[in-house]
Amino acid sequence: MKRVYLLLGGILLTAAAIALWSATRSTSWNEAEIATLRGLWIGSLPALPPDPSNSYADDPQAAEFGHELFFDTRFSSNGEVACATCHQPELMFTDGLPLAQGVGTTDRKTMTIIGTAYSPWQFWDGRKDSQWAQALAPLESAVEHGGTRTQYAHLIDKFYRDEYESIFGPLPDFSDPERFPTSAGPVDDPTARAAWEAMTQADRDAVTQVYVNMGKAIAAYERLIMPAPSRFDQYVDALLKKDKQAMRAALTADELAGLRLFIGRAECIKCHNSPLFTNNDFHNSGVPTAQGLPLDDGRASGVLKALNDEFNCLSQWSDAGENDCAELRFVTSEGEQLEAAFKPPTLRNVAETAPYMHAGQFSALEEVLAHYNHPPISPIGHNELEPLGLTQREMEQIIAFLRTLSGPLNVSPELLQAPQ
Amino acid sequence: MKKQQLNVILTAVVTTIIVIVGFVLLMPIIGPRYLHPMMMGDQPAPSNLDTSATRTSYAGLFNVSWSADSGEPPLNQIHSWTLHVETADGQPVEGATILVDGGMPQHGHGLPTSPQVTEDLGNGDYRVEGMKFQMLGFWEVRFNISADGQSDSITFNLILE
Repeated sequence: MKRVYLLLGGILLTAAAIALWSATRSTSWNEAEIATLRGLWIGSLPALPPDPSNSYADDPQAAEFGHELFFDTRFSSNGEVACATCHQPELMFTDGLPLAQGVGTTDRKTMTIIGTAYSPWQFWDGRKDSQWAQALAPLESAVEHGGTRTQYAHLIDKFYRDEYESIFGPLPDFSDPERFPTSAGPVDDPTARAAWEAMTQADRDAVTQVYVNMGKAIAAYERLIMPAPSRFDQYVDALLKKDKQAMRAALTADELAGLRLFIGRAECIKCHNSPLFTNNDFHNSGVPTAQGLPLDDGRASGVLKALNDEFNCLSQWSDAGENDCAELRFVTSEGEQLEAAFKPPTLRNVAETAPYMHAGQFSALEEVLAHYNHPPISPIGHNELEPLGLTQREMEQIIAFLRTLSGPLNVSPELLQAPQ
Repeated sequence: MKKQQLNVILTAVVTTIIVIVGFVLLMPIIGPRYLHPMMMGDQPAPSNLDTSATRTSYAGLFNVSWSADSGEPPLNQIHSWTLHVETADGQPVEGATILVDGGMPQHGHGLPTSPQVTEDLGNGDYRVEGMKFQMLGFWEVRFNISADGQSDSITFNLILE
């Protein structure tokens, strides 16, 4: 009897030894893995690409003006909503809500501004193809800022005339209330829309030019909002320098195991690649329709909106030449892969930006991981995900890793608050 | 008699516990490799993959080569290619009609964009605009080439690392 115990004990010891050996072995990376980690490292973030559609994108004065507009609640129907209402710097430019709240409630979650200058497409469905075109959409949305473009032109005239003119040149004379009503624009509100349609084309264009310049100034500000290194970046930094001590100081064993799963078996890196942890493309991950909201077909409608957008790269309001608009010219505009496809958000600071998914369907990362582990059938289109077979502990390790992506912003502090 | 029975039960229980603990310890090592395909993760690209940038089309009509204008094809960035088409005996093919297609065969999806040949540059060279790869790994890019009433196609393999 004792011999049997001895034998089984031996087997158990061997198993433990193999498990231990495997655990220690997994702390080293092979060359391909190191290349992958380097690709995620913030040090690999390329220089900010130019925005040819916005001549003012890199104008510091425009950025200063945009900073003021970003925080100015007068640019709304009730005087209480600014860009910063939903894009709160202290919440990593999100709002902590499942659905964005302006003067009403939208049907999507607020996306962060951080790093969006790198994305060819804006919004969850990519219905805008530049930061400036994106910035203009909420201003005229009935449930966000709720205002109109003649209202905004009058506000610029009243409060920002000198600043505007020093950047963009003379402001047209908007003083004739017959020609320039207090509230008119191509919006949902029938009165404001009728007033807009009654204006001459030349007067409408004069107002729209001011409106477009507001967007370009806001974009010049938003281009400055970039992530700074996180604990994960410190780890890769140490790995590339072969500094074992700094590597151990940067990540715990669980975080490291989570990272290994992230770039390996959990396949997160398929879409969350690059130093911003997003490929800025569109994917169907079978996220359930949010309660009380209609079915959302995501990119399928978004791409058509972008192609028909009054402010897209090829529009008269864009400063880009045709050759600068490759993303729009060669966009895929039909096919099942666009159905319920949404943009993977950056995972930098993901632990600070709950809730998750395009309509805030999941309140915690645990729910997100559980979704990816057992992907359901998509409400429409085809869910690209495959079951992952992760254990509870492995999912916890991935979450531990995701928390290492939290870090400060690479922005001068005065830009993270309302201008004085 | 009773003591013997107790011994047997005890042995069975202890043996079961030891086997379970051993199995649990070994599972994370054995599982992903040998037991469950779901635990193995993404399949690697085929090891014998021909990733050369110059190939002969399926029916042997054309020798075709590609180069990305930026050097290596970048991840997540829209970019252009130059495609060079020659006949089997090395004469440049001009005025061809070329269609572009592609995808990741192991993931079952196509290219994220709809690239097109936008310019016949002469001397058998063609500009391909709108190329984009938004994932790392094994990609196929296919060209269907029609010239002088004949048509053939070619598939290039590339691995984005």
